[in-house]
Amino acid sequence: MQVLKDLLRSPAGALALLMLLATLLATLLTPLLSPYDAFALDFGNALQPPSAAHWFGTDNFGRDIFTRVMAGAVYDLRLALICVFGPMAFGVLIGLVSGFFGGRVDAALMRLTDIVWAFPFYVLVLAIVGVLGPSEANLYIAFFLVNWIGYARIVRGETLLIGRLEFIEATRVLRFGKPRIMLRHILPNAVTPALVYSMSDVVLTVQAVAALSFFGLGVQPPAPEWGLLIVESIDYMREAPWMTLFPGLAIVWIGIAFSLLGEGLSVALKPKG
Amino acid sequence: MSLLSIRNLQTEFRGPAGIARAVDGVSFDVNPGEIFGIVGESGCGKSATCRSILRLFAGATARIVGGEVILEGTGDLAQMRESELARVRGSEVAFIFQDPLTALNPTMRIGKQVAEVIRRHRKVSRTQARDAALQLLRDVHITSPERRLDAFPHELSGGLRQRVVIAMALALQPRLIIADEPTTALDVTVQDQILRLLKERRDSTGTSIIFITHDLGVVSQICDRMAVMYAGRVVETGPVRQVLDQPSHPYTRALLDALPGQVARDRDLTPIEGSPPSLIAPPAGCRFAPRCRVARPGCARGAAPALKPRPGVAADHLDACILTEVPDAAA
Repeated sequence: MQVLKDLLRSPAGALALLMLLATLLATLLTPLLSPYDAFALDFGNALQPPSAAHWFGTDNFGRDIFTRVMAGAVYDLRLALICVFGPMAFGVLIGLVSGFFGGRVDAALMRLTDIVWAFPFYVLVLAIVGVLGPSEANLYIAFFLVNWIGYARIVRGETLLIGRLEFIEATRVLRFGKPRIMLRHILPNAVTPALVYSMSDVVLTVQAVAALSFFGLGVQPPAPEWGLLIVESIDYMREAPWMTLFPGLAIVWIGIAFSLLGEGLSVALKPKG
Repeated sequence: MSLLSIRNLQTEFRGPAGIARAVDGVSFDVNPGEIFGIVGESGCGKSATCRSILRLFAGATARIVGGEVILEGTGDLAQMRESELARVRGSEVAFIFQDPLTALNPTMRIGKQVAEVIRRHRKVSRTQARDAALQLLRDVHITSPERRLDAFPHELSGGLRQRVVIAMALALQPRLIIADEPTTALDVTVQDQILRLLKERRDSTGTSIIFITHDLGVVSQICDRMAVMYAGRVVETGPVRQVLDQPSHPYTRALLDALPGQVARDRDLTPIEGSPPSLIAPPAGCRFAPRCRVARPGCARGAAPALKPRPGVAADHLDACILTEVPDAAA
């Protein structure tokens, strides 16, 4: 609660929360705001410019772009949040174990992260998609294989640092249980930088999801995923730039919101005293 | 019968440059209810000695290689298995760290941290532990302790934090508290309050305290007996008034001459030239000889001199100077 208060007090954090709240409301309230269906075709109204009836205009099939961008938020945010926080939980655990036990455990786990890190991400996705075929599920697999690395490294470093402080030494010499030391004493102190990093990770992941779908490796049409909206717009870019513009702006909007949130969190979570 | 008896303790630290014997044949006794001071400059082995008592070596590079640490009624701590020693830590011998900032978990409320220590050793309920924690905060004179229980460490001042750390050390009524420069990180007025507090707790609970410091003023304020360490060895030990008023080892004299303030108000400050010797390859004979103003050629030969009483000086006042006459600083 204190963190939320501090977050609201920082301009970046307050603005970020406002932007995300607006996004959430717009997404939830789309059925009320727009009478259109994200998938229904209406050739009579194809390629209409933005107007009072169609705020963001319509695409080549006459679908309302506002409705589709809002529906796309569900895809992109769901993918990004799951693909960040799922691997994050795993990576934090790996980093904690690695930093706490040190020695061979540490060496083995860190070599594993080096190996995964060394793999070019897009080549890995291509390989997965090549074997399993392009789909949303396979995007999850690709991100889960890769996204935990950063967290493992960050938390390992923090754990090494905090493990040397006297209050941790005290818990060790008093022989508190190892899970207790790790989860109650080290984790709360080590997780902050990982949390801040996760915000920029969300931004990067939204972009990666859009890019992969753009290349046909991720979410498949007719889903209104933002990368797909953009790739569908390519042929009409000259007559109907709004088809490209609004999904692009949506990506930028989410990017700015989470970047600001990261900024705000780094202030709000800064250790005190 | 002394509470703690350290005999010929030797501790080695393994480092990239070689093996350093940070504690090399240290012996002293701590009596029940006594505050025993250990002084010396940085790196003289005073902290290493005290950490050896409970084997508080944060890394795995330190090792006790010889000697005994007899805790009355418990046995030789140097021979104990790690699991047995864990029971001694906190409950029989407690340790107060130097920096109250890093000795408390910044993400846990004060009350929880104090209660956690209690619950680690005693089978009590959460509320009982909380009540005990509250009483401990009262014992160390923390104002409005009910409110502080729910505070985080960063909401407290340095002095208050050190009081909390002391409360945690007192939590299990240990027979001996080892305080490693507990006032070094505090300003002078707060330092004075903390010293009074330690003394008061000693008076009311009868617990013994080993007090490590580099500040002779602090030693003269609260200690009963003291040891002066140099390069991993005790060079002089005895009752505080004896040692400070009639220092018999040239190093102790040099320390006093280098001390500003009351102790040497009528004299000019005299620095000790040079720096302490390497503990990886210590010099032969008296380790202070290279810096000693009264050293003679024979001082730097043979084994390091042992502590011995000096004729004409109190029997409990020992020093390790090779010269048989009490060397005169003016000479």
